[in-house]
Amino acid sequence: MTRKQRRMTIIGGSLAVLALAAALVLNALRDSIVFFSTPTMVAEKHVEPGKRFRLGGLVQPGSLQRGDNLAVTFEVADGGAKLPVAYKGILPDLFREGQGVVAEGALDANGVFKADTVLAKHDETYMPKDVADALKKQGHWKDDYGAQASGGGKPGATTAQGNPQGAVR
Amino acid sequence: MIAESGHYALVLALGLALIQSIVPLIGARLRDAALMNVARSTALAQLLFVGASFVALVTLHVNSDFSVANVYENSHSMKPLLYKITGVWGNHEGSMLLWVSILALFGGLVAAFGNNLPLSLRAHVLAVQAWIASAFYLFILMTSNPFLRLVNPPIEGRDLNPVLQDIGLAVHPPMLYLGYVGFSISFSFAIAALLEGRIDAAWARWVRPWTLVAWIFLTLGIAMGSYWAYYELGWGGWWFWDPVENASLMPWLAGTALLHSALVMEKRNALKVWTILLSILTFSLSLLGTFLVRSGVITSVHAFATDPTRGVFILLILCLFIGGSLSLFAGRATSLKQGGLFAPISREGALVLNNLLLTVACAVVLFGTLYPLAMEVLADFKMSVGAPFYNLTFVPLFTLLLLAVPFGPMLAWKRGDLLGVTQRLLAAGVAGLVAVAIVWGWASGGSTLAPLAIGLGIFVIAGAVTDIVERTGLVRLPFATVLHRARGLPRSAWGTAFAHAGLGVALIGIVCETTWNSEYIATMKQNDVAHVAGYDLKLDGLFSRQGPNFREMIAEFNVSRDGEKLSVMTPSKRSFTTRGSSTTEAALLTRGASQLYVSLGDATAEGSIAVRIYHKPLVLMIWWGPVLMAFGGVLSLSDRRLRVGAPKPARAKQRLQPAE
Repeated sequence: MTRKQRRMTIIGGSLAVLALAAALVLNALRDSIVFFSTPTMVAEKHVEPGKRFRLGGLVQPGSLQRGDNLAVTFEVADGGAKLPVAYKGILPDLFREGQGVVAEGALDANGVFKADTVLAKHDETYMPKDVADALKKQGHWKDDYGAQASGGGKPGATTAQGNPQGAVR
Repeated sequence: MIAESGHYALVLALGLALIQSIVPLIGARLRDAALMNVARSTALAQLLFVGASFVALVTLHVNSDFSVANVYENSHSMKPLLYKITGVWGNHEGSMLLWVSILALFGGLVAAFGNNLPLSLRAHVLAVQAWIASAFYLFILMTSNPFLRLVNPPIEGRDLNPVLQDIGLAVHPPMLYLGYVGFSISFSFAIAALLEGRIDAAWARWVRPWTLVAWIFLTLGIAMGSYWAYYELGWGGWWFWDPVENASLMPWLAGTALLHSALVMEKRNALKVWTILLSILTFSLSLLGTFLVRSGVITSVHAFATDPTRGVFILLILCLFIGGSLSLFAGRATSLKQGGLFAPISREGALVLNNLLLTVACAVVLFGTLYPLAMEVLADFKMSVGAPFYNLTFVPLFTLLLLAVPFGPMLAWKRGDLLGVTQRLLAAGVAGLVAVAIVWGWASGGSTLAPLAIGLGIFVIAGAVTDIVERTGLVRLPFATVLHRARGLPRSAWGTAFAHAGLGVALIGIVCETTWNSEYIATMKQNDVAHVAGYDLKLDGLFSRQGPNFREMIAEFNVSRDGEKLSVMTPSKRSFTTRGSSTTEAALLTRGASQLYVSLGDATAEGSIAVRIYHKPLVLMIWWGPVLMAFGGVLSLSDRRLRVGAPKPARAKQRLQPAE
C-alpha cells in the first residue's frame, strides 16, 4: 500500500464513522426529543394523544386526590388553563399543592395527562426554572414568587433534587 | 483574622501566578536559565499560599465562624465535624477554591518532579499553568470570594444542603477535580510544545503519566458520583444523562482517547498533531464542564448559586482559553513534523479507530448536552434530550468500540495480522457466544438485545485474558517459563488487560441492572410483607429518632428468603429543620454483586407508609468496572517506562520483555 492509499483508508474510515454518527443523531432527534409545554400551550396547540411531552406549571391547590394503590390525580395550572394529570407512584419529596411541578408523559384519549415521571427539579423557592420562565413569558408570574426568590437570601441555591431525582418511575 | 489571612494569601498567590505567567517566557526567549527557573520557585510558592488559603477556609468552617458569609450560608454548629470539613467545597466559592488548590498542586508537582524536563519546556509548561491559575484566581477574587465577612454576624448558620451531608461529598468532588484539573497538565504541555514548535516521542513520555493520573482520578470520581446518586436520591438510578454528568463524561472520553493516542506518539512517533489537539480538547471540555456546572446555566444539585456575573466570567475564561489554544494550534500545527508510517491494520490503526470512536461518541454527548441550551436561546422553545437519545446514538458507537477493544492490544505495531488475531481470539469469541446462549435460555423477559450485550461483555473480558495468556505463553509453555514471562511482562500490559476487562465488567452490570431490575412500589402497614425477586420483606414498624441536626423516621424491615432470615433493613426519611427540607436515606442489602434497595415515600395518616423496593441484579459490577479500569491505570502508571523521572529503560530490562 502506498502512503497515499494508507492515508485515504484512514480518511475514508473516519468519514464513515462520522457519517454513521450523524445518521444516528438525526434519527434520534426525530423521535427521542421531549418538548416542554404549559397547559395554555397544550390548549392552544392541540397536542395529539400519545405524543410524549413535559408538562410544567403549578399544582392547583385543592386538586390533589389520592386513590387506591398510590394512584394520584391533580391538576396543573398556569393561570391561563388547567390540565388534569393522573399518576401512579410515590410523589417526590418536594411535591406540594400551589407549587411548581414538571411531569413527563402523554395525553390519553380523554384529554388526561398520564404522567409516568414527576420531577421535583427545582430550588428552595419551589419553582422549577422551566416553569418560572414559561410563566414569566405568559405574564402570569406572581409577584410573591419573585419576592420569595430574592428574599431567600441566595436565590437558586438548590436545596434538593438535582437530576430527575426524586423523580418516580 | 483567619479570614483576612486566607484572603490575603489568595491575593499573593495571584501575584505569584502573574509573575509565573510572564517571567519564564522572557527567560525562554533570552535563553536565560535563571529567569526560566523562576517558574519553579513561584509554582511551589503558589502552592504554599493557595494551600494556606484553603486551610484558612477549612479552619473557619470547623470553628463555625458565622461572621464569614460562606460559613453562615453553608454550615451549622450542630453539623458533624466531617460535614463541616467537606462542606468547605459543598458550595460555589469553596469548590472553586478547591479547584485552584488542585491546579496549584499539579503545578507544584511539575515544578518539584520535573527536574528531568528540558529547562525551556518546563518554563513554558509552568507559564501556561500560571495563565490558567491567574484567570481562576481573578474569578474567585472578583466574583466568588469565600472570605467575605458579614456586618452583623448571626448566631447560627443556615446549614449545608442535606443531600450533600454524606460521605460522598468527602470523596466525589476532590476526585473529580483531580481528574478535571489534572488534564490541565497535558494542556500546558501541548501549548508549550506549540510555543516551542518542537515535539517528539520524549514529550509523549512526559505527558502520559500526568494524563494517566488525571484519568484514574476522573474515572474513580465519576464512578463515585454515580454510586452516590444511586444510594442518596432514593430511586436507584445511577446515570441520568443529565448535562452535569455529561460534563464529566466528555473529558473522560476525550482523556481516554488522549491516553491511547499518546501511546502511539510515544512508541511510534506518529499522530503528533492529533495528540496535541486532543490534549487541548480534553482540557477545554473540562473547562466547559466547569462552566456548565458553575455558571448556573443548568439547575441541578451541583449548581450552587446562579449569579449571572459568574457565568459571564467563566464563559470569558472558556472562550479565551479554548479560542486562544485552538488558534495557536491552527497557526502552529503544520510546523510540527509528521512521522511514523503504518498500515491501516496495525496497532496504530486500532488506536486510531479507538480515538475516532471515542471522539465521535464524545461529540455526540456534547451535541446532546448543548443542543437544548442552544435551542432555548436561539429558537426560544424548551425541550429535553434524555436517555432515549443517548441510547440511539452513544450506545451503538460504544458497541462498535467494545467489539474492537480485544483486537487492539493483540495487533502488532506497523503492520498487523487481523486473521491471526481473530484466530487467537476465537476462544474469547466462543466464550461470548456461549454466554449469549446461556443467558438466552435462562433469562425470562427483557430486551432481546440484553443477552447479546452480555455476550459482548464476556467477549471483552475474555479478550483481555487471552491477551495476557498469549503474552505469557500460558497453556503452550512450561509453567516455570510462564511465571518468568509473566514477571517480565511490562506492567502496562497488565494495566491494559485490567482496564479493558473493567469495560466488560461494567457493561455486564449495566445490562443486568437495566434489564432484570425488579421493582415494588406500594403503601405498607405494620406486618405487611412485600415479595420482591424471591425475597420477603416484612415491615416491623416505624420509629423516629433525633439526629445531630435532623429528625428521622425509620422503617424497620425484616428480610428473609425461603423462610430463612437474612438481615434487617432500616431505610429512613430525614427532615432537616434549618433548611426545612428532607432527604430519603435508602437502605441497601448487598448479596454478591446484587443489591436489595429500600427507600421510603410519604407516611399517611393511618400509619401506613409508601415504600419503594428494588432488586438490582449484579448492580455493583457497574462500579467494579471503573475500579478495575482505575486499577489498570495505576498498574500502567507504575510501569518503569512511565515512571516520572526515569530517563530510559535499562537495556538489560528491555531484553526480558517478550516481543510484542
